[in-house]
Amino acid sequence: MNRRTVSALLGALVLAAIAIGYGVFTGTRAQPAVAYEALNISPGPRILFRSTAAESKGHVAMVSAVDPGAARAVSKLECLRVAAAAGSGICLRPDGPLATFQAAILDADLTVTREIPLVGVPNRTRLSGDGRLVAWTVFVAGDSYNNGRFSTRAGLVDLTTGDMIDSLEFLAVVVDGRPYTAADLNFWGITFAADDNTFYATMSTDGRRYLVRGDIAAKTVRTIAQNVECPSLSADGKRIAFKSAVDGDPAKGWRLSVLDLASGVRTPLAETRSVDDQPAWLDSNTIGYAVSRGGGDADIWAVPSDGSGSPRLLVPHAESPAALG
Amino acid sequence: MSTIDRPHSGGDDATPSRRKAFFLLSGNVFALGAVSLVTDISSEMMTAVLPVYLVVGLHLSPAAYGVVDGTYTGATALLRLIGGYVADLTRRRKFIAGLGYGLSAVAKLGMPAAGSAVGAIGAVIAVDRTGKGLRTAPRDALITLSTPPRLYGRAFGVHRTMDTIGAFVGPLVAIGILAATAQAYDAVFVASFCIAAFGVLILVLFVRDHRDEQPVNGAVSPRSLGGLIRLTPVRRLVAAACLAGLVTIGDGFVYLLLQQREHLSVSWFPLLAVGTNLSYLVLATPLGVLADKIGRLTVVLGGYTALVLVYLLLFGPFGGTALLVVVLALYGLFYAATDGVLMALAGPVLPKALRTTGIALIQTGQALSYLVSSVLFGLAWTLWGPANASRVAAALVAVAVVVIAVLLRGVQTAGTAEDVAEAAEEHA
Repeated sequence: MNRRTVSALLGALVLAAIAIGYGVFTGTRAQPAVAYEALNISPGPRILFRSTAAESKGHVAMVSAVDPGAARAVSKLECLRVAAAAGSGICLRPDGPLATFQAAILDADLTVTREIPLVGVPNRTRLSGDGRLVAWTVFVAGDSYNNGRFSTRAGLVDLTTGDMIDSLEFLAVVVDGRPYTAADLNFWGITFAADDNTFYATMSTDGRRYLVRGDIAAKTVRTIAQNVECPSLSADGKRIAFKSAVDGDPAKGWRLSVLDLASGVRTPLAETRSVDDQPAWLDSNTIGYAVSRGGGDADIWAVPSDGSGSPRLLVPHAESPAALG
Repeated sequence: MSTIDRPHSGGDDATPSRRKAFFLLSGNVFALGAVSLVTDISSEMMTAVLPVYLVVGLHLSPAAYGVVDGTYTGATALLRLIGGYVADLTRRRKFIAGLGYGLSAVAKLGMPAAGSAVGAIGAVIAVDRTGKGLRTAPRDALITLSTPPRLYGRAFGVHRTMDTIGAFVGPLVAIGILAATAQAYDAVFVASFCIAAFGVLILVLFVRDHRDEQPVNGAVSPRSLGGLIRLTPVRRLVAAACLAGLVTIGDGFVYLLLQQREHLSVSWFPLLAVGTNLSYLVLATPLGVLADKIGRLTVVLGGYTALVLVYLLLFGPFGGTALLVVVLALYGLFYAATDGVLMALAGPVLPKALRTTGIALIQTGQALSYLVSSVLFGLAWTLWGPANASRVAAALVAVAVVVIAVLLRGVQTAGTAEDVAEAAEEHA
């Protein structure tokens, strides 16, 4: 062996030692043990969420809606995103080491009753009020052919009939009343109306982001407003909480608002920080949402839905809120 | 490792008998191939993990991605040109290539350091792309300078094959690390950095620069740069590269059209790229060898003819699994017949003193016109629907084949002339 080969081998050894050593080190960042409890997600005054606290990170947890500051009950179930309604739930989670995920359908005891494979990284999820329809948004990327650019796919399934819409891209799209075809359609953030047929979502094309209203039976989506992202329909079906890019430019961050569907009036909420989350209706007067602390940690905050008051910290070290009551 | 452990076989001075043992190519080509292979493992690890990291780890939303993605392409295109010129000017192509590889390596560590700050993540990705922009032209110039002109096709074929092997291995390594460390993304970033650093080490230890063969100072100056562009063959090459970029609609669109046409489940989508890469991997070396035998222009034109077939088949009379296999095989063949072979075609035409600049010019022209074509095809899709848009694209590529043939026929003759001159130089 000449000197160059020896140098290369030595270098390889040192670099391998660094890589392996660091990998082993990540294993020593041990999670303190936490006592898991059997949770029940049937309707009641409780808030379900995903814990981001160090000792229970990734686990589904619950607090009382009346006393959210009290100790949380932590389940053994781990999810990336969680939602619940009418005694059933959905948990988006990995089903392999990378890139493949699943929507796990849960019953009231958080037992997995069905697994729907997803390709792409989960980002948003919602159920219809009666728990019959389930929606998800995933990010698709990681293929070098699109230069690392990201696109989203939003899909939904009717748990009763099994009818699935793989991706909203396959529906007939109508923009400003005209049929529309484009290659750059992206959808995300589905929310359902009470009729189990109407849904709302965000659609982006040509640099614009629209609020769309979808009709599952007719397989159509129509644009109804601009610069409305991650919509969340109130229980009475009259208002939509959403985030909108400041000055229409996502680089400037997002502001939370509520849109009155009948009048089209938008009410900015008292939260002035940038919120990058799909808001959730905690009750008919309160919006819940996560604010990132960085490093995968976040807090759930609450703010009145009429633009009054000020934001208050609801559950620290938590995200993905869903009101069960 | 044995193929790169040939300290004195690099360059044009390798004896024919030693070359024969390794596809007739010099050790330097294999060393550069090994650097690319290792670097691609590292960069594809990142590509595979980044979306999961950004969404699951940092909770970024689609629009935030747009911000992360940014529009660095224009800036890196300019940097590529500047890098090429500086590499020629300082006669330190290995150094500039190494700088590019090094920047990308450091960027891997920047990712965990950036935390969840969107701006910092964007900056890290910009550094990574700057590194890629800097290194490509000097690397390709070094390949030509380490190979006799009659073997350029073979040299680029072997290099691109090794490169693609790395692209296959990368995601698997990332999956392995995530599985072993319970989803520790930072462990993937650190390992990716270590692998990239190993690539730089191979470059430093085993790649030979070609500084001493450079002409004296003054041969590379802004004035000579103008002279380069005034050379008819160079102008024609750049024009052909731009035209080629302009009629290529982009992989994303091809896969999207296949998916819609065949109503593929979305889970198929990643596999389409794998199929193309597999075809590219298998065909790059044989087509490079063939290009040296029957003419590089012939193979390039054959590649674009395969592209015409791909675009036509997208909405042709055939369907089913057979269509998928044929389209992906042809699509890989298109890349194998054009990517490296175009560089092999350009090599002899570009004067040695300005070879890196010339290669950067061709690659930048192709990349920028490719950007334009993506926008135009998006518009065509919206106006005419996918079927008509892809047929128009096929017609445009067919026209481009004829134009490129006319443009480059003379260029190839000029190349042959320089072949003779260079061969004489070698034997002097």
